[in-house]
Formats: sequence, structure tokens, C-alpha cells
Amino acid sequence: MPWSAEAKKRDEIMSNQVPIAEGLFSWPAVKPALLASRCKQCGVAAFPVASSCMACSGQDVEIEELPSRGTLWTWTVQQFMPKKPYRSDETPETFVPYGVGYLELPGGVRVEGRLTENDPQKLQIGMVMDVVFEPYRIEDNGDEVINFFFRPVQ
Amino acid sequence: MDVAIVGIGIHPFGRTPARSGLQQGAYAARLALQDAGVEWRDIQFAFGGSASAGSADALVNELGLTGIPFINVANGCATGGSSLISAYNAIKSGEYDVGMVTGFDKHDRGAFNADPKELGIGEWYGEVGMMMTTQFFAMKIQKYMHDHAISHNTLAKVSEKAFINGSKNPNAWRTEPISVDEIINSTMVNNPLTKFMFCSPAEGGVALILCRADHAKRYTDTPVYLKGATMKSRRFGSFEVFAPSQALQQVDGPTVDASKAAFEMAGVGPKDMDVMQLQDTEVGAEIMHMAENGFCEDGEQEALIQQGATHIGGSMPVNTDGGCLANGEPIGASGLRQVYENVLQLRGQAGDHQVPDDPKLAYTHVYGAPGISAITILQR
Repeated sequence: MPWSAEAKKRDEIMSNQVPIAEGLFSWPAVKPALLASRCKQCGVAAFPVASSCMACSGQDVEIEELPSRGTLWTWTVQQFMPKKPYRSDETPETFVPYGVGYLELPGGVRVEGRLTENDPQKLQIGMVMDVVFEPYRIEDNGDEVINFFFRPVQ
Repeated sequence: MDVAIVGIGIHPFGRTPARSGLQQGAYAARLALQDAGVEWRDIQFAFGGSASAGSADALVNELGLTGIPFINVANGCATGGSSLISAYNAIKSGEYDVGMVTGFDKHDRGAFNADPKELGIGEWYGEVGMMMTTQFFAMKIQKYMHDHAISHNTLAKVSEKAFINGSKNPNAWRTEPISVDEIINSTMVNNPLTKFMFCSPAEGGVALILCRADHAKRYTDTPVYLKGATMKSRRFGSFEVFAPSQALQQVDGPTVDASKAAFEMAGVGPKDMDVMQLQDTEVGAEIMHMAENGFCEDGEQEALIQQGATHIGGSMPVNTDGGCLANGEPIGASGLRQVYENVLQLRGQAGDHQVPDDPKLAYTHVYGAPGISAITILQR
């Protein structure tokens, strides 16, 4: 195909990035961030955004952006491909083990998320990581589904 | 009104292709009735649970339609414990004299696949591959090993002990001992936990006959009394399975809360227990639950397990029937298997897996998603 058509197709794909769930993080945004609710009564933050507070049962919450850098509280590596409801582009043949961990975001909460690193030798409790937003899978209609990940600070 | 256990029955755990889950439940129920010397028509009520083998109350189709209230219980891995507490309270209230608690199940092979929607979590959580109980257990023990200096070798020793105990229990699934080396070197599932450090979904059934304590001798010469039975769910700030986030300030989990309440109720303490069955979904769970239930301080498990304290002849025997690791986990039956084992121990009928010195007090603990725990304290 001519280069212009190829570029056009790429543009279409690029312009069709959709978040994996609405309200999980700000999207589209120049600087996307995870979104939390904070209870106006007790000040405790929750992720994802909830309409009531698990700490004090308060129902008056406001939405805020969580910090983009934190420390790894604990982690594991998922070595086998999960069954449904797991939904990625992978097949059992192409499955790549992935890291999962809780990132402690100062002043916020500890958020559970996938890690960009899957080598146990390179993961340790207390390491500093950034929240990043990257493509997770491509839908049949060509939409690129964006998820949040935790990436070790270089 | 005090409550006694006067009849017990079990269908062997593991894989039984010839029988449905319901039939395994009926098998256990008939043995329990026989053990108590009571007819099904004399049973006044029942609580039961099954996660994958149909409704527990369908048992009446096997046992007979007598018109009794039969209530289905569903509380994840704590289903059996929850059923037992419901029955305990039904008798303690004075409403009933004698009833049955039962649990059975028959799961497919492989890890449980839970549905986020059922727990009020967004579908994205499952899509990205975090709806996995195995990850939670791995991350909890990973943190615990880091904070309290537990070694990989100690993880493996828990499995080694489970399979040794399983080899002594005719109703267990895994009956071949496996070496520490083989356990450590088996397929990594969720770091730091390998394949032989996890229990598997399985099949099996258990039934218990409970009655008011002052009627117990009508049924048996060896009644076992429920001195404590408690159940708690998670409080804000505890670290639990299926949690997209957790609070920065951590508090004790439901196991600690339920355990303290059970000891208070029974008027005894952890040091008084002669034998205990603790939820061992994987080896880390058994290690952490030793401390959460008050049997040791955080970190003491390393020395205790290396010294063999948790073996059948040790100072604090844990999971004497092989636990979930050697029996597998049929969700509906698993918590009741622990009680079955403790009744055997207190009667002195546990055979090759009997703890020595005439045990008088025994303890059971289950933990389940999304953060619940149930405890019993039994006394001869």
C-alpha cells in the first residue's frame, strides 16, 4: 500500500485509543493520572472511584488525581495464562508472564496494577515506580485499549 | 445452651469420577447419621454449602423429603465454617435440638476463575489478569517473607509436612510424600510460590450432626463440644484478596479478629490448643495464619517449622490430615473437613495421623474471599 495510506491507517489506529474502563484514569489527557475518590468526612482515599467511603460509610466524596510515582509494597509474577475473565491479545503460545504489584502512592492509597517488568531478579519491595499508561490489547474494531502499568524508574 | 458434635461423616477427597458432588455429599451425610445413630427423619434442620456442585439443599432428593428447613450457605472458602456457625447458633438459641451441617463440591481442574462483577469490582480487573486468588497469596507471603525473614526452604517444608500427613490419612488426595527439593523446583506459579506449594480445587463431602449438649449422650459416648465458634469479615485497612487498592494504614485481618473472639468465647488461649487445622490454601497461608491465630509471633515460624514443631508429634501440630495442600479444596466441604479431623483427634480415632498425649482442645480456622474468616474451638 502507498505510504500515505499506511500512515493514514496508523493515524486511525492511534486516534482510537480507548481506556480499559471509564473513570479509572483521566483519558484522554496531556498527563493522564489514576483517579481516586476522597471522603470529605474522614479524608481517606479509594481507588477506583467509589460513591461511598469504605472507612467511615460517608457518602460525600470528591474525585482527585493520584500521584504518578510511588514505591512497590509487594509483588508477584503471574507465570501461567489466566482463564476468563482474562482478556488480552495473547494465546497460550504467545503468553508472556507478567508482574503484578501494589504501588504505594504517597498521600493516596496502595493501588494494585500490572508491572512492566516481569523478571523476579529485577523486582524488589520498596523500589520506586512510575504509573504509566500503555496499550494493553487491540479490539476487533481496531481500537487500542489503554491500561495503567507500574514501571521501574530508570 | 451448649452445642455438641455427635456424628461425623466424610467422602474421600480428591477425584471421584463415578460420583457427582451431590452423591459425595449424600455419602458423607449417611455416614454422619450412622455415626450418631440417628435417622434423617429425626434431623430438624440443615445448613449446607456447595460452590460448584449444585445447591446443597438438593441433598434432600437423595436423603428424603422430610419438610425441614435446609438453608444454603455460600461464603467462599469459609463456606463450611459459616454453615457450622449458623447451625451452632440455631441450636444455641434453643430453637432446635438436633441438626445437620454439610458441605460438598466438585470443581474443574485448574485455578478457580472468579467473576469480578460478583464482588462489585469492574470487569477491567479480570481482563488485565488480576482476578487471581493465587496472586494475592503470593503477594501476601512475599511481603511477609521480606518483613519477617521467612525462607524459601521453610515454605517448602510446609508442603513437605502436608504430604507426609496426607500419606497417613486414608481420606486424603495426595498420599505420596514429596521432597523439599522437588517442591522448591516444581513449576513456578506465582513467585515465590511453586506448583507443589498450592492446594488444588478438588472434590469431596463432609457432614456433621450437631445437637444440644444435654442431649449429646443419647447419640454418642464421645461427644465433642463446640466451645467457640466465630466468624468475621474484613475491616477497613486489612490486606485482602481481590482488592484493587488498599489503605495506607493497615489493620489486623478477619482471622485475627475472629481468633481473638473465639478464644474469648471459649475462655481458653492459643497455648491450650493441642491440635489445629489452619487454612492452607498455599504454604504462605499456613505460615501467616499461625501468627494471625495467635500461635506464635510474626517471624517465629521460621524456627518452629525448621524444628518440626508443626508435625504430628511436634509441640503445635498443624493440619494433621494434610490440610488443603494434601486434600485439595472442595470449597463447600473444606472447612468442615477440618472439624471432622479435629473430632477424630479428640475421640482418639485419627489412626496414623493421631496426635499423641490424649488431646483435649482443638482449633479450626478458615479464610475465604473476599476477606472472611471462621474459627471453631472444640473440646472433648
